[in-house]
Amino acid sequence: MTDLAALYQEVILDHNRYPRHHHKMIDATTRAEGVNPVCGDQLMVYLKINHHCIEAASFEGKGCAISQASASLMTDMLLGKTETEALQLVQQFKQLVTTGDAPATQQLDKLTVLAGVKHYPGRVKCATLAWHALEAALKHQPKVSTES
Amino acid sequence: MTPLSALQIDKIREDFPLLSHATEQPPLAYLDNAATTQKPRAVIEAVRSFYLHDNANVHRGLYALSMRATTYYEEARQTIADFIKAPEVRECVFVRGTTEAINLVASAYALDRLGPQDEILITYLEHHANIVPWQRVCERTGAKLVVAPVSLQGDILLDEFKKCLNHHTKIVAFTYASNAIGTLNPVKQMTEMAHAVGAVVLVDGAQAVAHVPIDVQALGCDFFAFSGHKLFGPTGIGVLWGRAALLEAMSIYQGGGEMIHTVTFEKSTYAPIPTKFEAGTPNISGTIGLASAIRYLETLDQPALMHYEADLLAYATTALKSLKHFRLVGEAIEKVPVLSFYHPDIHAHDIGTVLDHEGIAIRSGHHCAMPLMAFYQVPALNRLSLAFYNTHTEIDRCMEALQKAVYLLG
Repeated sequence: MTDLAALYQEVILDHNRYPRHHHKMIDATTRAEGVNPVCGDQLMVYLKINHHCIEAASFEGKGCAISQASASLMTDMLLGKTETEALQLVQQFKQLVTTGDAPATQQLDKLTVLAGVKHYPGRVKCATLAWHALEAALKHQPKVSTES
Repeated sequence: MTPLSALQIDKIREDFPLLSHATEQPPLAYLDNAATTQKPRAVIEAVRSFYLHDNANVHRGLYALSMRATTYYEEARQTIADFIKAPEVRECVFVRGTTEAINLVASAYALDRLGPQDEILITYLEHHANIVPWQRVCERTGAKLVVAPVSLQGDILLDEFKKCLNHHTKIVAFTYASNAIGTLNPVKQMTEMAHAVGAVVLVDGAQAVAHVPIDVQALGCDFFAFSGHKLFGPTGIGVLWGRAALLEAMSIYQGGGEMIHTVTFEKSTYAPIPTKFEAGTPNISGTIGLASAIRYLETLDQPALMHYEADLLAYATTALKSLKHFRLVGEAIEKVPVLSFYHPDIHAHDIGTVLDHEGIAIRSGHHCAMPLMAFYQVPALNRLSLAFYNTHTEIDRCMEALQKAVYLLG
């Protein structure tokens, strides 16, 4: 049985208790809502994009520790990234939490703490919720659900 | 009555291979019986034996094997009819489960009879299976869906329920026991109130059948639905009981083989009930498994088991209340052994994952009762649902695991 500590690592617990960039962004240039109707996780991702570069990222919402930590770690990673780089990060993260493989560990950096999610398939959608919302925001879609 | 000893419960657990022969560590504590129940060896053997010795299609062949299969199938129907004290065996229709039973009534009874002036009354406690089919009926007929409120404790407010009833109410559909919070409803009383305004009553018996004796005549309802897999039987089999006069007057549900009398390309005529509602090859092994589950239950001291379950629920409730910060949801006057709760700072899924790590299987989520979650203003609940093969030790382990969750995530 996988050690629970592999899932609930200190970094994750820290980001759940003290989420970074956890606020509404009034002057966001794009935003999208992510919803997991199965468990009730709900969050809104805000981005301020200038010349295809992410100047600021934040999120609002409530949910399980995994979804909150993932959103917090995500917003930390996005600053200074281009839209293209951000979309690449989305794909890499999805791969990380489903297979445990990190193609370019350097790029994923702190996000690798969420690799343990792959041992808990029921929680993958919790980890990817913020990322689906990010993808939707980058593509200017207002809302995304884990069940669509 | 002599209460059951731990030794007697252990002996009963021996009848359930998945529980008694498990080898994983930590050992499984299966506390999710409202989702599905574990199966006694007798049921597993009955299904196996059918496929080994008696498998043939029913109602069709003229050879001995087919006639044997048909006999067992119809004997199973009789066993089930006796179990719910149905006045006539032909009033028991085999379906896939409670959900299909309700959909059958919605499509073959309600759609033909309701119109824009009519009302369907359900309650805040309902499972999606007893909400969505009626919503569809209302969308298609113009009828109105009315919802009777529930108290904070989780009891139906009977005077409010009565106020919801009027001469426009044509169908009243409600649950016998809530899967989400365990409330056991006063079915007889609610049925009488519904009949007083001339409405037809459907009772969702899915969560009640494993915990209270069923007597559809005493309850007085017009339709009763339940699932085999919640009664220690196989999945994929359920029963719709309906009054003969109502079933006979209803249009068909699914068309196909079995349910016909004669077929030409111009017109088909239909079989009598219950066959009218049983198109295609039925879940024969499922039926036989369900009958076997009922026969197994009859070998046990059922009043003693009910008493034991009530004691286990009380034990778990007291234990949970003594854990700081956990909030109970659903403290109705009468309950089946379901205990739901949440922690204000820890999400239900995180709790579920920690408990899973300790070998405890509980349910975390909306329990197919999103409107009820919204009423209690929670995104999700954790739910313990017990059966007579659960033990005090399993509850102790659950409480320890909950404390671990608080330590880790609180």
